[in-house]
Amino acid sequence: MNNVCIPPAFIFIIGGLLVPFLSGKARSTYVVLLPVVGFINLISIPMGTLMTLPFLDYTLTLVRIDRLSLAFGYIFHIISFITIIYILHVKKNLEYVAGFIYSGAALGTIFAGDLFTFFVFWETLTVGSVMLIWARGTKASAAAGFRYLLVHVTGGLSLLAGIVMMVIKTGSIKFGFIGLTDAASWFIFMGIGVNCAWPFLHTWLTDAYPEATIGGTVFLSAFTTKTAIYALARAYPGTELLIWIGVGMAAFPIFFAVIENDLRRVLAYSLVNQVGFMVVGIGIGSELAINGAVAHAFNDILFKGLLFMSMGAVMYRTGKINATDLGGLYKSMPWTAAFCIVGAASISAFPLFSGFVSKSMVMSAAGNHHMIAVWLVLLFASAGVFHHAGIKIPFFAFFGHDAGHRVKEAPPHMLIAMGLAAFLCIFNGTFYKPLYSILPYAATYEPYTLSHIVTQTELLFYSALAFTLLLLSGIYPAEMRAINIDFDWFYRKPLNAVEALCARIFNGINSVCDLIFVKTLTAQINGFAVNATAKLTNGLLSPILRANAINHGPDEKPPSSQLVPRDVDVEKAFSTGTSPIGIFAACAGLMIVAMYFFA
Amino acid sequence: MKNEKKHMFDNPKNVKRLLAIFFTSVVILFILDFFVHKHAHFPWENWPVFYAIFGFVACVLLVLVSRFILRPLVKRKEDYYE
Repeated sequence: MNNVCIPPAFIFIIGGLLVPFLSGKARSTYVVLLPVVGFINLISIPMGTLMTLPFLDYTLTLVRIDRLSLAFGYIFHIISFITIIYILHVKKNLEYVAGFIYSGAALGTIFAGDLFTFFVFWETLTVGSVMLIWARGTKASAAAGFRYLLVHVTGGLSLLAGIVMMVIKTGSIKFGFIGLTDAASWFIFMGIGVNCAWPFLHTWLTDAYPEATIGGTVFLSAFTTKTAIYALARAYPGTELLIWIGVGMAAFPIFFAVIENDLRRVLAYSLVNQVGFMVVGIGIGSELAINGAVAHAFNDILFKGLLFMSMGAVMYRTGKINATDLGGLYKSMPWTAAFCIVGAASISAFPLFSGFVSKSMVMSAAGNHHMIAVWLVLLFASAGVFHHAGIKIPFFAFFGHDAGHRVKEAPPHMLIAMGLAAFLCIFNGTFYKPLYSILPYAATYEPYTLSHIVTQTELLFYSALAFTLLLLSGIYPAEMRAINIDFDWFYRKPLNAVEALCARIFNGINSVCDLIFVKTLTAQINGFAVNATAKLTNGLLSPILRANAINHGPDEKPPSSQLVPRDVDVEKAFSTGTSPIGIFAACAGLMIVAMYFFA
Repeated sequence: MKNEKKHMFDNPKNVKRLLAIFFTSVVILFILDFFVHKHAHFPWENWPVFYAIFGFVACVLLVLVSRFILRPLVKRKEDYYE
């Protein structure tokens, strides 16, 4: 087999770097065509390709095409294409370049066949994504970007440590199944876990995603967590710990989402919740479960992207994103509202929408293995996600209390992008066979049984009933102009206080040292070096000088003809090196005498 | 906004109509549940209207816990971190 091909990542990254050379219509055409070219390249690479490259003593595998990597490759191309269309209003080049580097890095990561290539692209992912956060240009985004960077660099270091330990131990850089065995595997596991937004490690996501640019958040929602899902599916399938991590991820964010005011942050929480389902699937590790995780990643990229796009469009038109400032927008943005509802129905897993055919695979796998607690929590999370992402997002933005915004519908390119994503959400939910055909394992699962349709609809309708009754009765928590602290509180407040304390202590020591050594001691030594001889001379000459002063009195001017020793000048003369010959000679003589005695 | 076009839900009748449709479908689903054979993994899935009760109770619990336990713990002013 011919194993040489153009690595998909290169098309995106190199192509992205060329964007600044174009402008106007040419640039728009170029950026839209780039993912298309990438996709054509991808489907022309045969299955099973392993493109290798010798590097030092190792062999890098730049491209590995198998069923697992290809499924992610398809969806990464699709969402890049959609998101690029969505951001065509953006004038600055930065977002396009960062977007392509970021998505290119994601492609590089999933097609990497060795740990070294994997790591390089993994870190590029961080660089590209942080640019999308900083591109917003606000103070909040700058700060959030730095926190994001610190967390990811720490995760990256853990990954690197694990990789180095593993390569030293095994001598191979191949990236395949690892499993939790030794310290090295734990380091890699945790490094991936940071990007996967595991509980306690998730705060970079809910902190930074809502601070990114309108289009940046759409990009972000697609790649970082999903490459982590890919990496887990590749290296840690069937790791039992993942089941419990995933259960935690699915459960806790929904509580935060219910009381969160920033609607993009609500979506960020629900992103963690959805990734939880995928992590559970990988943890279970059966063919059905892995298929479910991959299918759900595929669908989640689309419906979460769609939801972020609809909220971005709202933000673009109204300048607001808090639920307290929104409402009634269905009047002015009906299409955006409709697309948002499609996204909401998909994430809630309504029959005929994409979540229905993928989330249920993970649920079913948990059921097949008789994991009672896991299954119950996931069912709870399914009801909960409908509650906050399915109802809350569309309701508070487009319906509910009319906030009086009378704006234009989203621009055409945004509508096209949302339309494409909405179409795919419905297509995948209704005609699920094409999606099932690209999954890692042969999919025999049948989502459309009468039992599944009725039970799922029942679950959702009664969740909606709870929402309606709670809202009508006034128990439903009113949206408030407030923020909710999360685990990032620990590094934003106490750690900040520790930093302030350290600053106090060390700056204190520093200023004391400065006072003692720099200001006092150095000055004294310096003064001694400069003035010592003068002082000494002055002292020795003092009988003469004093006698002179007594002869004339302090204010009396001596007669000009008389030779007068200028007492006040002695020190000055020494410090400037202009002492009279006589004094200099006297000093030299005294020095010789002193040396005679002391030597 | 007097001259503004009347929108669908500006008319309270339409809101009522929507709610009526919703409540009807809720009742229909409740009845339908008794006639559907379930592919169950667990015994309780065969209990009548298990999913309906679960969905309802889950969401009420979710809202109550979020509002009365979580919010008092984590709510801060908007400029808290500044």
